[in-house]
Amino acid sequence: MKTILSNPDFLALKKNLKKDFSTFSTYKLAILGDSSTQLLNSAIRGYGYEVGLNIEIYESDYGQINQEVYNTSSGLYGFKPDCILIFHSTQKLLSQFYKSNETEKDRFGENHINTISSLFDKIKSELNAKIIYFNFIEINDGVFGNYSNKISSSFTFQIRKINFELMKLAIIHKNVFINDICSLNNQEGLKLSHDPKLYVNGDFVFSLDFTAKVAKNIVDIILSIAGKIKKCLILDLDNTMWGGIIGDDGMENIQIGDLGIGKAFSELQAWIKQLKQRGIILAVCSKNTESIAKEPFEKHPDMVLKLDDISIFVANWESKVDNIRYIQSVLNIGFDSMVFLDDNPFERELIKKEIPSVVVPDLPEDPSRYLNFLRGINLFETASFSEEDAERTRQYQEEAKRTVFKESHKSEEDYYISLDMTSEVKLFDKFSTPRVAQLTQRSNQFNVRTVRYNEQDITNIISAPGYMTFSFDLKDRFGDHGLIAALILKQQQNALFIDTWVMSCRVLKRGMEQFIINEIVKVAQSKNIKTIIGEYLPTPKNVIVKDLYSSLNFHNNNNLWVLDTTDFTPFKTYINATN
Amino acid sequence: MLQTNQLNEVMETVNGIFIDVLEDDGIVVKYETTAADIAEWDSLNHIALVVAIEKKFGIQFTAKEIQDFKNVGEMCEGIILKLQK
Repeated sequence: MKTILSNPDFLALKKNLKKDFSTFSTYKLAILGDSSTQLLNSAIRGYGYEVGLNIEIYESDYGQINQEVYNTSSGLYGFKPDCILIFHSTQKLLSQFYKSNETEKDRFGENHINTISSLFDKIKSELNAKIIYFNFIEINDGVFGNYSNKISSSFTFQIRKINFELMKLAIIHKNVFINDICSLNNQEGLKLSHDPKLYVNGDFVFSLDFTAKVAKNIVDIILSIAGKIKKCLILDLDNTMWGGIIGDDGMENIQIGDLGIGKAFSELQAWIKQLKQRGIILAVCSKNTESIAKEPFEKHPDMVLKLDDISIFVANWESKVDNIRYIQSVLNIGFDSMVFLDDNPFERELIKKEIPSVVVPDLPEDPSRYLNFLRGINLFETASFSEEDAERTRQYQEEAKRTVFKESHKSEEDYYISLDMTSEVKLFDKFSTPRVAQLTQRSNQFNVRTVRYNEQDITNIISAPGYMTFSFDLKDRFGDHGLIAALILKQQQNALFIDTWVMSCRVLKRGMEQFIINEIVKVAQSKNIKTIIGEYLPTPKNVIVKDLYSSLNFHNNNNLWVLDTTDFTPFKTYINATN
Repeated sequence: MLQTNQLNEVMETVNGIFIDVLEDDGIVVKYETTAADIAEWDSLNHIALVVAIEKKFGIQFTAKEIQDFKNVGEMCEGIILKLQK
C-alpha cells in the first residue's frame, strides 16, 4: 500500500493535479464551505488520482452554502453533482455562538441541527445526490474550563450535542454520510490539525497536513458509496496474530493473552473479530504445517479468533502468491477488495509485486503499534450495513462444504438435484431495501448495467409508477444464502426493460439465471407484456454477464437484447419457487 | 550584518523548495525576487511554499511574517534569524 494512500502528503497530492486523468471515470463533487476550501479542493482531486478517479469539482464561492442550496438557479444545481460536501467549520460556529444570548446558547445545538436538516431536505427535493457533511472538531473554548461539561449553555456542551444529533440525522437521511473529522482530529490533535497562521491569513481552518488527511477521508467515503470496499482480510499468523513462531516455540510459548507482549495480539484479534462480525471475511495464509497452525485456534484459551471465524484456512509451504490466488478463487471476489496482513516485509513486497491490487499495509515494526496503525488508515470504510453482512462468514464456510460435496457427485445434474434448492421470489419491501441497495452498490461482476442505488433510491423505486421489482433468495441443504439477486424492471409501453439485474457471485452456476428469467416471463405473460428488453453495459469487471442475455435466448437488436414472451419455453432448473 | 555565504546557502535551499513546490526546474530566485516575478507563485502556492520551508528548516513563521516578507531575500533572512534562536 503506497504511503500516499495511507498517509497522504499535501504537496504530493497537489503534484498529481497536472497528471493525466483522462482514463479515469468521472465523479462530480460540489464543495460548499463557510471557510476557505481551495486547498481541500486540490487535495481531494489529487487524492482521486491515486485511486483512479477523476473527481470533477465545483467549488462554491466562500460562505455561500445557503445561497447555493436555496437558490435553485445556483451553480450547484447547474453542476448536477453526484455528491455535495457541506462544510460548516467549528470556528464559524463558535463566532455565531458568541453572538447569541443565554437562551439562544442553550438552544444553539438544536437550532443548528434544524438548519442542517432543512439544507438536507431542500437538496433532496431538488437533486438525487449524496451529501457528505463534516461533523465538528470539538474545541473547548476555555471559557468555563472543565466545568463547561456541567453547563448546558457552554460551547463544549452544544458542540458535542451537535455531533451526537448529527449521527441521528444521518440515520434518518439515507443519502447523508458524515465526514468524521472529529475522530480524525482526535488522532492528530488540534496542534497538528490547525495552523493558526493559515487561519488568520487565509481563513483555512485545517493545516496543510490535515487537509490531505481530510481529503483521504472524503475519498474513502466516495469510494465506499461507489461500492469499492474491502471484503476480506487475509492474515499471516506467526508474529502477526501472535508473538513468536508456532512451529519453533510450540503452542504454550506463543505470545498471546498475558504472555510477553501478548496483549498487543489479543487486542488486535479482538478488533479483527469485530470486523468479522461486521461482515469482513477472514482468511488465513500462513507458511506452516496446517495441523500446527490450527492448534492455537482450537486449543489456546487466550486466542480470541477461533476456527469458526476463519472462512478459508490455508497453511502450507507454498508461495503466498499462489495461496492468495487460491483464496481469491474460492471467494470469487476482486483482489482489490482483499487486504493482506503480514509482519514480514519480504512477503509483503512479494504480494505487492505479484498481485498489485491486493492492499498490503506496511505494518509498523513494533506489534504494539499494529492496532493503532490499522485503525488509523481506515481500510474498512463502508456505505451500508445489513444483517446479511454479519452472516457472510458462515455462508463462505458453507460454500467450502458444498465444494467438497460437489466433488462426491457423478454428474452436475445429480449434484443440483441433491442440493434441494428453493428460492423465494418477492417484491422489494422495507425489509429487503438495505440488502437490495447494497447488492446494487457492491456487485461488480454479475451486474448487467452497474447502476448504483442507495436505500433512498430503492424506496423511491418501490413506490414509483411503472416499476416492478423482484428479490430472490436461495436456500439449499447446506444453508441459507439469503437475498442473492435483485431485479428492477421498468415498464415501457408493451415491454419490460431490465434496468437492473444484480446477483451475488456466490450462487453462480446453480441455474439461478434461468430460474429468474422463467419467473420474469411468467409475470410478463400475466400482464400481457410481449417483450422483455435487456441491456449489457460493459465495465472492466462485469464481463461474466456479457453473454447472459444470449444464453437466455434473447436476440440482439441494436445493442439491446430482446425476448419474446409469447414464444418462450421455460428453462429447466433445479430450483423450486416458494412464495 | 548577516554572513553572505550563510544567506547564499539558505537561498539555495529555498530555491530548491521553490522548484519542488512550484514544479518548475527553471526557477532561479534572487534576493529581490517577489511573487510578481514567478507566475506560479500565487496565494495558494504561497501557503504550500511557507509550509514546505517550515518543514525543511524545522522552524515556524508567525502569521505576520508571512504577510510582511517583501521578497525572497527577506524571507531567507527571516529563516536565518529563526535558526540562530
